[in-house]
Amino acid sequence: MKRSPEAAELSTEAEIRQIQEGAQIELPVIEDEGLETEELILNMGPQHPSTHGVLRLVLRLSGEKVIECIPVMGYLHRGLEKIFEWRTFHQGIRYADQSDYVSNMLNEHAYAGAMEAIAEIDVPRRAEFIRTIVDELSRCAAHLIWLGTYGLDVGATTPFLWCLRDREEILDMFEELCGSRMNFNYYRPGGVLYDFPPGWVSKLERFLDRYQKHIEEDYVRILEGNEIFLERTVGVGVIPSDVAKAYGLTGPMLRASGVAWDLRVDRPYSIYPELQSMKPAVYQEGDAFARYKVRVQEMRLAIALVRECIAKLPGGTVRARLGHVWKCPKGEAYYTVEGAKGEVGVYMISDGRSPNPFRAKMRGPSFHNLQIAPWLLRGRLVADTVAILGSMDFVLGEVDR
Amino acid sequence: MAIEERPAKTAKGVPIDFEEDVIQRRPVTTQAGLGGEEMPTRPSALANDDNMVFTTVANLVNWARSRSPWPLGYGLACCAIEMMATAGPHHDLSRFGAEVFRSSPRQADVMIVAGTVTHKMAPRLRRLYEQMPEPKWVIAMGNCASSGGEFWDSYATLQGVDTVVPVDVYVPGCPPRPEALTEGVLRLREKITRGG
Repeated sequence: MKRSPEAAELSTEAEIRQIQEGAQIELPVIEDEGLETEELILNMGPQHPSTHGVLRLVLRLSGEKVIECIPVMGYLHRGLEKIFEWRTFHQGIRYADQSDYVSNMLNEHAYAGAMEAIAEIDVPRRAEFIRTIVDELSRCAAHLIWLGTYGLDVGATTPFLWCLRDREEILDMFEELCGSRMNFNYYRPGGVLYDFPPGWVSKLERFLDRYQKHIEEDYVRILEGNEIFLERTVGVGVIPSDVAKAYGLTGPMLRASGVAWDLRVDRPYSIYPELQSMKPAVYQEGDAFARYKVRVQEMRLAIALVRECIAKLPGGTVRARLGHVWKCPKGEAYYTVEGAKGEVGVYMISDGRSPNPFRAKMRGPSFHNLQIAPWLLRGRLVADTVAILGSMDFVLGEVDR
Repeated sequence: MAIEERPAKTAKGVPIDFEEDVIQRRPVTTQAGLGGEEMPTRPSALANDDNMVFTTVANLVNWARSRSPWPLGYGLACCAIEMMATAGPHHDLSRFGAEVFRSSPRQADVMIVAGTVTHKMAPRLRRLYEQMPEPKWVIAMGNCASSGGEFWDSYATLQGVDTVVPVDVYVPGCPPRPEALTEGVLRLREKITRGG
């Protein structure tokens, strides 16, 4: 595919597909001068505002076009899985927070759920409802951060300010609930740490009303009504459903490619099967804009789920009685939760003697979703790199762990 | 000469406190939209002429530097989210002139190390610090950056960022609340004003 420098600037979707399937990109030749251009290696990161953390991308460029993309990870590798083995079961919950530090509650749920699966603990019904409420609020907080920073990536500052406004309210409520704005340490094997404080639920209901209004009147209007946002997202970074499945994507990235796979429905846990409003958000297009729409739809879904949970909230205790000295019995389990980015799973082995887990492996969805980046960025323009990476929504704490 | 016209009381070279004497003193002029009434003024230790300030160049430069330290947005982990919240609308760091998060170290004055620094990241941190122009300051945000924090026994993390770069202000917390980071920026301001 030899072409003049002008034509090398843009390529069609079909050409990009060919490139992704193995066609070589040749360096353009400037014929007037008889010179050949050189390929350029561009190092993006690890300190870069739009890699959402400390990801480093080594991009081989031909002009404006990416020939090859090699993600380099490990700049935030803290050895979490080894630390799990050095801490007791309860202490591990606090470290599970650090994995995906944007939606902490969902990691805690996976970690506590693995313990419960080994020890076969029955969680009180009220605790399951509380878990669902905080999970969905945490998902909202994660998607709000994503929406705000994605706006910054594609050149809009206002959504960031608006999204943080709502996120602050969620964090204020979490703080009232468990005493911390982030890294909550709220889940326990067999329930949660505290019940709702007085007046918390009515405060939550008032917040949901405001929040729903903000989604419909602010975020959707300012982004979907913006020509620049549409230009930069519609049709950019298309992932067909077969490729998405082949790369093992989960979460919003998979559902934006038309695959209806949501662990809340397909591998049900907690009380999700009982909730009538649980309808996964699925879009067919597979581009960055579809991923945006899936996440906005998930925020609306979270509001509906929280409202339904509040309406059905039963009384009773919030924590199963495990005795003063609880020891996890021998066994192993893999417990999965539909996180904000995809399938958050914890595979845990307990040897029955030690107070620490023998092994705890976390499956971070960001890590598995990042696999597709080299395929997805091949043949694209450098300017689209940021828009595509932003739409993938990975958190480096979860990639490197 | 204006100096000779000053009252004898202030001509002795009284040290000038900028916060007290210059910053909080309001102009005598009337402001538009306030009904034309005159703003109250406090008696000045300076010359009666409002356009005059006496100080040393060093004090003036330090004062100017302290008013608007531009941070390098060096978000590494969880603390980065709280750093974003600090710059966000609710906690509005721009009240203190430090909201201009620069992505390039060459435009930054203060490096806010927000998050866990791993052994793999440490050489990059040092390089970014060296790329910042003088004068430069470092805020270690969070327990991980201050002392290793909860990763004190991890095989992969640096036990405090002060093993790599000199740190001016430590902000404890895991992660520190936005108010804590704001306090850290204010402490840094005090330090810069003193010439630190």
